[in-house]
Amino acid sequence: MENLIGIFVQSVFINNMIFAYFLGMCSFLAVSKKVSTAMGLGVAVVFVLLITVPVNYLINKYLLQAGALSWLGGEYADIDLGFLSFIIFIAVIAWIVQLLEMIVEKFTPALYNQLGIFLPLIAVNCAVMGASLFMQEREYSSVAEATSFGLGSGIGWMLAIVGIAAIREKMAYSKVPPALKGLGITFIVTGLMAIAFMSFSGIEIKID
Amino acid sequence: MNRDSNVYTVLYAAVLVVVVAAVLAVAAGALKEPQERNREIEKKMNILMSVGKASDVNQADDKNTYIENEYKKYIVEAFLVNANGVKTEGDAFNADLKAELKKAEKERLLPVFICNDNGTRQYIIPVRGAGLWGAIWGYISLKDDFNTVYGAVFDHAGETPGLGAEIAESDFQKQFSGKQIYRDGKFIAVEVIKNGSAPLNDYSVDGITGGTLTSKAVGKMLFDCLSNYTNFFDVQKQNN
Amino acid sequence: MSQKESLFSEKNIKLFTDPFNNGNPITVLVLGICSALAVTVKLQPAIVMGLSVTIVTGFSSYIISLLRNTIPNRIRIIVQLVVAASLVILVDQILKAYVYEVSKQLSVFVGLIITNCIIMGRIEAFALGNKPWPSLIDGLGNGAGYGMILVIVAFFRELLGSGTLFGLRIVPESFYVKAGGFYENNGMMVLPPAALILLGVIIWIHRSVNKKLVEK
Repeated sequence: MENLIGIFVQSVFINNMIFAYFLGMCSFLAVSKKVSTAMGLGVAVVFVLLITVPVNYLINKYLLQAGALSWLGGEYADIDLGFLSFIIFIAVIAWIVQLLEMIVEKFTPALYNQLGIFLPLIAVNCAVMGASLFMQEREYSSVAEATSFGLGSGIGWMLAIVGIAAIREKMAYSKVPPALKGLGITFIVTGLMAIAFMSFSGIEIKID
Repeated sequence: MNRDSNVYTVLYAAVLVVVVAAVLAVAAGALKEPQERNREIEKKMNILMSVGKASDVNQADDKNTYIENEYKKYIVEAFLVNANGVKTEGDAFNADLKAELKKAEKERLLPVFICNDNGTRQYIIPVRGAGLWGAIWGYISLKDDFNTVYGAVFDHAGETPGLGAEIAESDFQKQFSGKQIYRDGKFIAVEVIKNGSAPLNDYSVDGITGGTLTSKAVGKMLFDCLSNYTNFFDVQKQNN
Repeated sequence: MSQKESLFSEKNIKLFTDPFNNGNPITVLVLGICSALAVTVKLQPAIVMGLSVTIVTGFSSYIISLLRNTIPNRIRIIVQLVVAASLVILVDQILKAYVYEVSKQLSVFVGLIITNCIIMGRIEAFALGNKPWPSLIDGLGNGAGYGMILVIVAFFRELLGSGTLFGLRIVPESFYVKAGGFYENNGMMVLPPAALILLGVIIWIHRSVNKKLVEK
């Protein structure tokens, strides 16, 4: 349990997808002009990460890793399909996003009206693919850990995009040097936010 | 055929999948050998570096041959040790440390490499543990008193560059040589303390400024891994 | 575009050079920042990353352009993803086989080239409507324009953060406080926020020089 909370806190604050790894910057910059839309996209990302990371974890564990196929019988134990992981992960993500879009549209049209336009964007959001690749590299030991990591990464990403959107809404009234307007100042503000987030890096989780 | 018909779409997808799978499988098969060789060379290099050998690797014309030769010259023996400290048969070089450490303590079979340099022997022990972000691992070598550290190398998967990642630098690693893993007969491994928090003694090294958590993880890794070998150390000391 | 047009016509050369200035994918089009800033702590991985992106962007544009009249509309995006992902896998396997050290440093970021918006962006915006050769040039140009930004960022981060370039020492050891000198590396530079701020500054400079690009 301690471990799960640790992974969660770490992926929200310390290993934040945006501030530590610059993942999902494209949509981060494009959809961060208004807090309400940023919130919508953020929730959609959390949703997708929460599902794709554990699914890809299982696929990696029982299909792709060296020796993963040994549950089929001893003669399959030597097969290493690791080289296919990129393509399988991205296919799974695209597929889940599509599925999610259909389910949301059918059962909760109200939610669809808010999230619908964002879902297709997410398939190529680096943060989603990145989370699956990090999950593979860090060798989490259970589905629960992978889920905790997925959820944390999503919430961290949402926190970042909502934060920058709030700042940008205010910044619309500020005097910014013309050449720095828009993209330039957004990068610098993101950098400053990242510095602020670094103060979390000393957190240590201890539960007795 | 109509580009938007179902049949065409399905056929197209099928052909694409087959072509892509074939190309990738061929490429992965063809490149497997150099990839595995890279991993093997890297492992040999790390083993050698933990006893201060292979230091000219960057000047060598052919790195792979150089490492192979050095390895053949110095590493005279490699074997597995069981929980009672007894040598066992097995492929020590390809032992999967990660898998072994997951087993119950009694069932672990852990590798030891012996370096022989003009008659002095050093015992090299692989270590592996969890850093702040991902796995950390390395090799630590002991003198034949099974108490004094001869040298150490560490590497990591994704520690913070400039902070925790410094454990892979020689400034941090060279502190370990000469330290002792037993204090008044009690096994303590080497303690890694927060940079500057206490005066150093024969049993402790300085952590990295700003990388305290990673540094502590190194200390924990050393304790956890070396403690598997305490029986082996005792057996060897009696034989000496 | 007529068949007779030479391979290196003015138009084609412009396709290649435009991404370095007016159409730079990062500073102007805001594409593809995702996967790569994290590898700009040192110059060498940044260059390898830039090259990998250039190759993948170029060839995926080329292949999609070859196939552009055969791809069924409904699975267009999937086909593009599959082509890009396969190229990335090839690049990753080659890096692992021949430049192992660098591939370790790049770690997951090679895989993230797949979701780099530049690739899909160039395919959608250019390769689907143009002949293979111009598509290849357009892809290579955009990849290179992107790599250039990575290299600039990496140059400053490595020089100021570690006092080295390509791992070779530039700031003499004797300058450092440790050795009795006056100099200390800027530890901030090796941390992620520095990349964002440097990029902001690069955009600032670029847009001050090239006034056309200033946002309203």
